[in-house]
Amino acid sequence: MVRLLAALIAVLLFSFPAHAGFDDTFNELTAPVAAAVGSFVFFKISIFGAQLPIVVLWLVIGAVFFTFYMGFVNIGGFKHAIQLVRGDYADPDSPGEVSHFQALATAVSGTVGIGNIGGVAVAVTIGGAGATFWLIVAGFLGMSTKFVECTLGVKYRQENPDGSVSGGPMYYMRKGFEARGMGGFGKFMGTFYAIGIFIGALGIGNMFQSNQAYVQLNTVAGGGLDGLGWLVGLILAAVVFAVIIGGIKSIARVTEKIVPFMAIFYCLFAIIVILMNFTSIPEAIGNIFSGAFTGAGVQGGAIGALIIGFQRAVFSNEAGIGSASIAHAAVRTPEPVTEGYVSLLEPFIDTIVICTITALVIGTSQVADPNFAGDATGVAMTSAAFERQISWFPLPLAFGALLFAFSTMISWSYYGLKGWTYLFGEGHMGQTIYKLIFCGFVALGCMVQLGPILDISDALVFLICVPNILALYFLAPIVRREMLSYKARVASGEIKRYNG
Amino acid sequence: MSNSVLVAVDGSEGGGRALQYARERAKLDGAKLIVTYVIEWSPYSFNTPEENAERHMRREQEIERATEGVVAPAAALLKADGIEHETVVTHGPPAETLIKLAEKHNVQHIFIGRRGQSGIKSLLFGSVAGNLIQTSPVPVVVVP
Repeated sequence: MVRLLAALIAVLLFSFPAHAGFDDTFNELTAPVAAAVGSFVFFKISIFGAQLPIVVLWLVIGAVFFTFYMGFVNIGGFKHAIQLVRGDYADPDSPGEVSHFQALATAVSGTVGIGNIGGVAVAVTIGGAGATFWLIVAGFLGMSTKFVECTLGVKYRQENPDGSVSGGPMYYMRKGFEARGMGGFGKFMGTFYAIGIFIGALGIGNMFQSNQAYVQLNTVAGGGLDGLGWLVGLILAAVVFAVIIGGIKSIARVTEKIVPFMAIFYCLFAIIVILMNFTSIPEAIGNIFSGAFTGAGVQGGAIGALIIGFQRAVFSNEAGIGSASIAHAAVRTPEPVTEGYVSLLEPFIDTIVICTITALVIGTSQVADPNFAGDATGVAMTSAAFERQISWFPLPLAFGALLFAFSTMISWSYYGLKGWTYLFGEGHMGQTIYKLIFCGFVALGCMVQLGPILDISDALVFLICVPNILALYFLAPIVRREMLSYKARVASGEIKRYNG
Repeated sequence: MSNSVLVAVDGSEGGGRALQYARERAKLDGAKLIVTYVIEWSPYSFNTPEENAERHMRREQEIERATEGVVAPAAALLKADGIEHETVVTHGPPAETLIKLAEKHNVQHIFIGRRGQSGIKSLLFGSVAGNLIQTSPVPVVVVP
């Protein structure tokens, strides 16, 4: 059955790109769609001459509100988050469940992706060095948003008859609003979100990833893959197919094990490159701060830099999208708020650490040689920055990008699947249909240029922030109550610390 | 120190031999046996979201399989012999968990079977018996 389906997809995809101009044709077709979707979601208002998309404002205000409302949990809860991950509070009498560490590792594998390598380059290209500053601020504020959404994800998850669990924004919207006597509204929101995460999974978690992996492979191959996007896409789709439909868990397992080491490897070499550019470090850091408040050379000035920084940060750490709460809902804990604590480490690792490092690699290279990357953008620009100092680095970087892209796709295939099963039930046939659609989009992602693809996936992801943040406002008092009660019980020793 | 002995079983032949040996000894000296099955598990592994979502279900299945398949039959055997015993099925890193249990139950010895792996495999994955011998607070009997 599986083989039959695989063959069918292969035939369908191969019959498509019969001529070399397919990629171009496809781009011509998608560009207007991207423009239309983008202008709808990113409806802009003008502030001090900068174009501010309302949806970005919506996210920023939400993150600021949650930071204050939760009493700066992003700072105060940091130490406790690390204690939880270390297992200090793990009950030694019930081992074998998903640990806090595992929940964090899974969620981080999903968020650390191409955005950390390529997205930062995009931010710096459009928003200037100053965008980095706002990227970090957004990561810091995003920690609070994550705290709220992941706590809710665990609190309102659903246990399926087969013993597995499903959770995430659609569930906390439905059950949370029901508890507040707004059942009808909750149902509507849940459905809207489920549709959104399903479509979003095809963008940020899919097409953007496969597209950038292809771009990087092509760069390493010296343009040898020009016009062969469909082929790379097809191969990627086949591997994803093998994992999510073929159930070949070993591929996913190997990837999930390599990704954390790749991330460490990446950071290590990035720091080496930054140190090799050491004469440029002060100026690069200076540029980040001055650019943040003057926005020199950036359209819209400082506000323009801020907008771009925030937009890229969300795209990378997913705070406010609600996706991580789907991953965290799998953890069995008597205290949902513990998952909130653990999750606030994600924007920290993803944005404040990894994105900042990438930004410094690019920033220091720019100071040394403003034209180091030519007209390359995205991953290719980051790659060029590495290549300036370590000539062979683009090759492992391409490999890393491919793995990051792959693990993010596997994670997002699950997020999208949960949206789908929320809508259509946990039936096996329906899940297979979803997975087939997902694989199709993996292939598609390699066939279009970055511009329109980034516009579409940005738009879709920001669209689901709208209902999610709205739900977080309504349900935040519940999270706050849980947090205060939990803190009191930790302080009183009622919640026992087993280690340390 | 109580007159009890911890015996590790895992459904393998080595585990079976360890149990058999412990049983014969207990018949002679009247020791109490703590029959233990440690399901190998680490809180620090990396999983896919799907694996996490199914984890609770799998855990129950693993415990059921270990209990029904290995530990319960062993207990039945000991009961028939009139040997005092207790059973434990738990998840964790094997050597470390066995040591914790040995301390908790205040046992005199740990009996463990040998897996009989050698060379590269044991070099890569280590051997439970090897780790246990190096770190155990009580004498370890490795049954060949």
